[in-house]
Amino acid sequence: MIEVRELRKSFGAHRVLDGVSFQIEKGESVVIIGRSGCGKSVLLKHLIGLLQPDSGVVRIAGEDITRMDERELIRVRQRFGMVFQGAALFDSLTVAENVGFAFRRKKDVPPEVVRRKVAEALEMVDLPGIENKKPGELSGGMRKRVGLARAIVYQPEIVLYDEPTTGLDPIVADSIDQLILRVRDRLHVTTVVVTHDMRTARRVGQRILMLHDKRIYAAGTAEDIFNSTDPVVRQFINGESDPKDVYF
Amino acid sequence: MTAITQERIQAALRGLGRFALLGREAFASLITFKLAWRDCLYQMYFIGVKSQSVISITGAFTGMVMAAQTYFQFHQVKMDTATLAVVGVSMCSELGPVLTGLMIAGRVGAAIAAEIGTMRVTEQIDALRTLATHPVDYLVAPRLLAAHVVVPLLTVESIAVGIAAGYVVGVYLLGIDPAYSWYNMLKYTDTDDLIMGLVKSFIYGGIVAIIGCYKGMNCREGAEGVGQATTEAVVYSSITILIANFFLTLTLGRLLELI
Ligand SMILES: Nc1ncnc2c1ncn2[C@@H]1O[C@H](COP(=O)(O)OP(=O)(O)OP(=O)(O)O)[C@@H](O)[C@H]1O
Ligand SMILES: [Mg+2]
Repeated sequence: MIEVRELRKSFGAHRVLDGVSFQIEKGESVVIIGRSGCGKSVLLKHLIGLLQPDSGVVRIAGEDITRMDERELIRVRQRFGMVFQGAALFDSLTVAENVGFAFRRKKDVPPEVVRRKVAEALEMVDLPGIENKKPGELSGGMRKRVGLARAIVYQPEIVLYDEPTTGLDPIVADSIDQLILRVRDRLHVTTVVVTHDMRTARRVGQRILMLHDKRIYAAGTAEDIFNSTDPVVRQFINGESDPKDVYF
Repeated sequence: MTAITQERIQAALRGLGRFALLGREAFASLITFKLAWRDCLYQMYFIGVKSQSVISITGAFTGMVMAAQTYFQFHQVKMDTATLAVVGVSMCSELGPVLTGLMIAGRVGAAIAAEIGTMRVTEQIDALRTLATHPVDYLVAPRLLAAHVVVPLLTVESIAVGIAAGYVVGVYLLGIDPAYSWYNMLKYTDTDDLIMGLVKSFIYGGIVAIIGCYKGMNCREGAEGVGQATTEAVVYSSITILIANFFLTLTLGRLLELI
């Protein structure tokens, strides 16, 4: 479903990705882990064509999207839902308008149906009845969950989650993990989750890719990764800082 | 030539290129009817209805000053009754469209750049794109169309208010003969003058909207980036309007003569 080959991206002189390659099958859920600032969000944005690589290929269902123009990409993006790290809600619209945004271009869906679907999606993220609030009135965690509702309400084939559980309390984080799994299993959604949260990674990831040093450093099933003996991987999943990196 | 100058020139050219591409996208979006109509109506309300007080005050005081100044000069050569004719011609072909354009640049251009710039730095534009919506269809085209439609209407309003205010000042304050004034004004103010004003204001509306959108869409990161985009939107659209006005006056004058 998603194929990435030899992806390279720099911002000015700062190289972020240098030869990233992997493949994700339809209906699979893959977790991408890596240190903060190592380029996970940048990688995720390449998968949906928000960023153009310097070189390399991103194929979605066999189509190379890296050289498409914005109008062609619209067609490809209809298969996608994306949850942003910072929620990225439209702050001039209400929660209901935000969640129902994707239905604006679907003229054949009657307003009652949209309203029902929006209510259901908000129910799923454990925020019933906040349709008429503005994003500014919500807490950070609530915003994130509204962003999640917005990404899954139109039942896309591929959902990209950028740190869906960071900044949420453990109980809600758990329910979001369950939600991600439910969405995946019910509709065979291809799921890509970027996270630092090892609990989420363990629970959601059928496969785990570790981004390190500008490329995929380790890849394997969740078990492989969590039982890995590689020092870099071990250090990351155990959350130990390198004594060399501690200055005080 | 130093490397820095060269880089500056390159950056400026790249900017112009992006601007042209944005213009082309917006135009394509307009003629293929892909734009978001509901937002277009809202923008008409925001640009048009909400700007009325500013525009009528500008129009009124400009008309009044024009009448007074013209009267002071013309009175010395006993041409009092031509005062209103000057007010009419200048309001229709120059002052109405230019001042409306400048006021709209300040009020609307700044708002557009700030709104779109904030959307960009908070990743809302990226979110829009992931929801399979072209930012040009949703953000740029509605504002552009609304400005094209509404700014000429505002200009007509400012012209009408300006002439009325000039008339009041001239006739009731300075004591010019009303009948002759009116007669002279109608005699010397042509349809051509009004057409020129309308064509100009149509173009100025587009200038303000597209520069505001461009500056917002290409805004740099952070609050500082948004601030800078807003300032630049106002400065660039005001200057573009003033420069374009000169060339439009020349070309439209020629064209209208021919017809
Ligand atoms: N638009 C941009 N312009 C310049 N540099 C950027 C841009 N976006 C990202 N970067 C750089 O790319 C690197 C990777 O950023 P990215 O946001 O992908 O990190 P991340 O892995 O998602 O981190 P986190 O876990 O903290 O979210 C960072 O060093 C950042 O400075
Ligand atoms: Mg990130």
